[in-house]
Amino acid sequence: MMSSSPLSEQAVEAAKSSALEAIAAAQSLDAMKEVKINFVGDKAPISRFSQELGKLEPAMRAEFGKIVGQAKSRISAAFDARYAELEIERDERVLIEERVDVSIPAQRRPQGGLHPLTILTNEICDLFLGMGYRVAEGPELEAEWLNFDALNIPADHPARTMQDTFFIEPLDSHLVLRTHTSPVQVRTMLEQDPPIYVICPGRTYRADELDATHTPVFSQVEGLVIDKGITMADLKGTLDHFAQSIFGPDVKTRLRSSFFPFTEPSAEVDFYFNGRWIEWGGCGMVNPKVLRAAGIDPDVYSGFAFGMGLERTLMVRHGITDMHDIVEGDIRFSQGFGTGGR
Amino acid sequence: MKAPLSWLREFADVPQDISVEALEEAFVSVGFEVDGVEIQGDGIQGPLVVGLVKSAVLVEGQKKPIRYVGLDCGEDEIRYVICGASNFEVGDLVVVSLPGAILPGGFEIAARQTYGHTSNGMICSARELGISDDHAGIIVLSEGKPGDDALELLQIKDLIFDVAVNPDRGYALSIRGLARELAAALKVAYRDPALATSPQIYEINSRGIQVAIEDPSAVSVIYIRTISDFNPQALSPLWMQRRIQKCGMRSISLAVDVTNYVMLELGQPLHAFDASKIDGGLTIRRAHSETHFTTLDGQERKLASDNLVVADNSRALALAGTMGGLESEVVADTTTLAIEAARFDPISIAKNSRSHRLPSEASRRLERATDPALAAISSARALDLLIELGGARYVGSASAGSIPAATAIDLDPDFPAKILGISLTHETVRATLETVGCSVEDSGLPWKITAPTWRSDLLTPIDLVEEVARLVGLNEISGTLPIGKASTTLNPMQYRKRHVAHSLAARGFNEVYTYPFVSQEMVDLLGFVGPRAASFVIANPMSEQAPLLRTHLLPGLLDAAKRNLARGAKDFGIFEIGTVFRDVAKLAHVGKVATDQRPSEHEIKAIYESVPAQPLFVGAVVVGGMDRNGWWGKGRQFEWSDAINEALEIITDTGNHPEIVQSDLAPWHPGRCAEFRINGKPVAHAGELHPRVLEALGLPSRSCAFAVILSELEFSQTKSAPAVLTMPAASQDVSLIVGADMPASKVQQALVSGAGELLESIALFDRYENLGEDKIALGFSLVFRAPDRTLTADEVSGYRDSAVESAQRECGAVLRS
Repeated sequence: MMSSSPLSEQAVEAAKSSALEAIAAAQSLDAMKEVKINFVGDKAPISRFSQELGKLEPAMRAEFGKIVGQAKSRISAAFDARYAELEIERDERVLIEERVDVSIPAQRRPQGGLHPLTILTNEICDLFLGMGYRVAEGPELEAEWLNFDALNIPADHPARTMQDTFFIEPLDSHLVLRTHTSPVQVRTMLEQDPPIYVICPGRTYRADELDATHTPVFSQVEGLVIDKGITMADLKGTLDHFAQSIFGPDVKTRLRSSFFPFTEPSAEVDFYFNGRWIEWGGCGMVNPKVLRAAGIDPDVYSGFAFGMGLERTLMVRHGITDMHDIVEGDIRFSQGFGTGGR
Repeated sequence: MKAPLSWLREFADVPQDISVEALEEAFVSVGFEVDGVEIQGDGIQGPLVVGLVKSAVLVEGQKKPIRYVGLDCGEDEIRYVICGASNFEVGDLVVVSLPGAILPGGFEIAARQTYGHTSNGMICSARELGISDDHAGIIVLSEGKPGDDALELLQIKDLIFDVAVNPDRGYALSIRGLARELAAALKVAYRDPALATSPQIYEINSRGIQVAIEDPSAVSVIYIRTISDFNPQALSPLWMQRRIQKCGMRSISLAVDVTNYVMLELGQPLHAFDASKIDGGLTIRRAHSETHFTTLDGQERKLASDNLVVADNSRALALAGTMGGLESEVVADTTTLAIEAARFDPISIAKNSRSHRLPSEASRRLERATDPALAAISSARALDLLIELGGARYVGSASAGSIPAATAIDLDPDFPAKILGISLTHETVRATLETVGCSVEDSGLPWKITAPTWRSDLLTPIDLVEEVARLVGLNEISGTLPIGKASTTLNPMQYRKRHVAHSLAARGFNEVYTYPFVSQEMVDLLGFVGPRAASFVIANPMSEQAPLLRTHLLPGLLDAAKRNLARGAKDFGIFEIGTVFRDVAKLAHVGKVATDQRPSEHEIKAIYESVPAQPLFVGAVVVGGMDRNGWWGKGRQFEWSDAINEALEIITDTGNHPEIVQSDLAPWHPGRCAEFRINGKPVAHAGELHPRVLEALGLPSRSCAFAVILSELEFSQTKSAPAVLTMPAASQDVSLIVGADMPASKVQQALVSGAGELLESIALFDRYENLGEDKIALGFSLVFRAPDRTLTADEVSGYRDSAVESAQRECGAVLRS
């Protein structure tokens, strides 16, 4: 309809005015689409003027080109401004209408979780890795020699009776379910020259009935350090650091003289937590007999070892009152600990 | 060991005003845990007196035998009380609580009207006084006179410590030993009761029962002392009875009480024989061919040929150090006794006691090694008491063997400080060693330390360091923190375990730790065959029903799944990472390997090889869906393909690329189980579980499981980075008709091999089954991309056609129009 209108200053002005009016009058983004087609797009009058510029003689072309160009920029700027205005209006209105209840429980996938024994083991390994220890592991079904003999627990020792240790048939296979992770220490000493700094987590077995505080299948972590000039003060300092990392910076430890065949002097280690002393584990200086059985010269090297039950550590730290929760595999238990995030 | 403070005070100058806590602390500080403290007589208030029963008249018309008892309580008049007990008669001495007295539990005694009489007090039982759980009626005293203070006579008020004694400290299973430790802890004077007896007054002669040692490895020294004219009616004095009771034993008869009393006091078990039953002399020997023997509990015992016995000329009379025999038992008319005290070899006694399941007070001490000097002393102490209290006459003594000479230990006096990491003066080292009974020769270096006879555990310098540590106190040590010499990381398998656990937990699985104990029923139910049916058998399982070690993680996981289901869980996945036990054929015998030096490389190899390889698995069971129903709409059942995909992700994450083949491995559904192979070796199984297994276990149908052998997967080399191309991609979809039993993976493989190297990815987006004639249609989406240019339509169609041709060739696929 405008195709016949002659290219004149007035015509350009008129096209500009009607475009600006239409832009100002548009009340929605949809309406702006119409406006764009009719007043801004390729088929809009102002665009047609641009196409007609070519038919003019060169002198006129420059003059009108400037007029048309200015009008086009003006329209385009007005359009953009109005469009932005309407977008803000739309956001304020429509997006608010699309509001949802973001607090709605939306757990399509069940909550997963690591067993807290895994989380604790990882935590302990990381602590000792940072102190230059290696994480050493070994088989749960173990040679009697490594589980007992090499640790100065001779054949007639009470720990080797059927009441305490699971033996494998036939008995002359000399295989047992390891009663502690100490055979890993022996393996380490047989396989590696000092200095030795290892932490040994793992599953262990003793023929105790399952009750609120005992389980025949449990987890231990043991540490072993063998180096020149290692003293009981090093043991005490390591236990302090360990206890404080696991139970909190204010935790104190205490050593009580005790007896283990594989350490001498031996001690029980307690820690002070929530207003009381709690037994944590056993420790001591590695018995020279144990060093000798592994071919380490006790006149050159000394060492310490310690061992704790991980279930007990967990129970104290997390207020778990019944061992059954740890061993029964109820998903609600591991779900409570999540995937180990901090 | 239960130890009454009143007895400990006899040998240790324990301060009068010390608290219970301080005493406990003292024991703990020198390495003796206190399992319990019994405060006897707590809350009791007198008057509590000895009463002589003058009359006892039955109250008529009562169902129970109630008596109205007249008592001489040392007062001007006879006191009358009502009593329901019937174990006493006129002339007996009893304990009477008078009005105003308070018994344990705040029970106040007052005069009261009952059964038609005024009862002016109460005759007491041991239970009422809180000194024993004995229900056998009221206490009948063997001594005392009317009006005596019974609190004093019965030593009612006392503290009894139940002290845990570590196995290396047999000497502390005695008042002698515990008093020594307590005195050392409190730094007070100690008097050794062993020095209070003079064994030399009982000279060795040939008049009594003689003794010989046949097996010197079984006993180092033994004394047999004989007495006659013993009065079998003589009663144990009250103080002795009470001390025996306080130590947790029962008073039996004077002869038995004396042997027990001396054992408790000194730590040396004694045995009393009726000397008239001994044929000739005594010999310490092995049982040899003697096969049967009746112990004094009346049990006939089958003897092992290496059991150690005390025999006379014709037969075994006692299971040495463990239990006496019925035939030579001291009985009610025994007047001649032979008292045996010996320092037996601990291992022989441990074997005796264990082979006959006869742990006794005697064996407990002898197994932990007794003081060899006590053989002479304790037997003499027993004679002192039997002569004094039982009117016996000394006959003679015999002995065999001798006290082994102690070897001096060389000690560098700086060594304790070096090991403990504290500073110690030589004076402290010497004083502490002397406190435990060592003699210290410190005129030169090294020092020569001789351990006392009761400390056969002190053999090496480190043993002495332990004594110093114990007495100086471990809490004198302040900590230092040693740091390893190398930077360390987890090893690849440790990283793998962590990663697998974390990624499964992040995908909604819950980790469990199950017991590896399995029943044969479970093995049968799961249909395990071959290596998975050949389990290690525990010789002494927790439950006879489950003696097998797991060969797979599924038994434990299925049990845990059942438990969760029973507790109301509906949609869940559980997993475990753990070792399994196979390879039973490998049981290799390793001969005896010494421990006094490093075993030979050959021996180490034999020990290592005797331990079967224990593969590490991750296993999982899924019940219901891992995508739940909810307000958002319906969830989705976790199905066989999900299980396969979980296993595949675990494997490919390690950088391994398995071949997947159809499998019918039990306990999976024979049509819905994938086996993953690497280099032809199975490394994992996944799919739906067998409906029969699920039904038997009460698990929902379509439950799934997967298991991956983590230790069978190679560790990946450093991964090279993939090319990330940025030119436009061209996508082509093809639909192919193939036979219904054609594996989709094979068709995909054929497409890939035909598509050329510009194929970037391929995905199966549709599987259409309703074509009839055993045909199915598979829809694949292929994406092509070139590194350097935009692909033309013609080029892409060419690649697609080539891919389809390959599928036609390899799988008989026909392009669906």
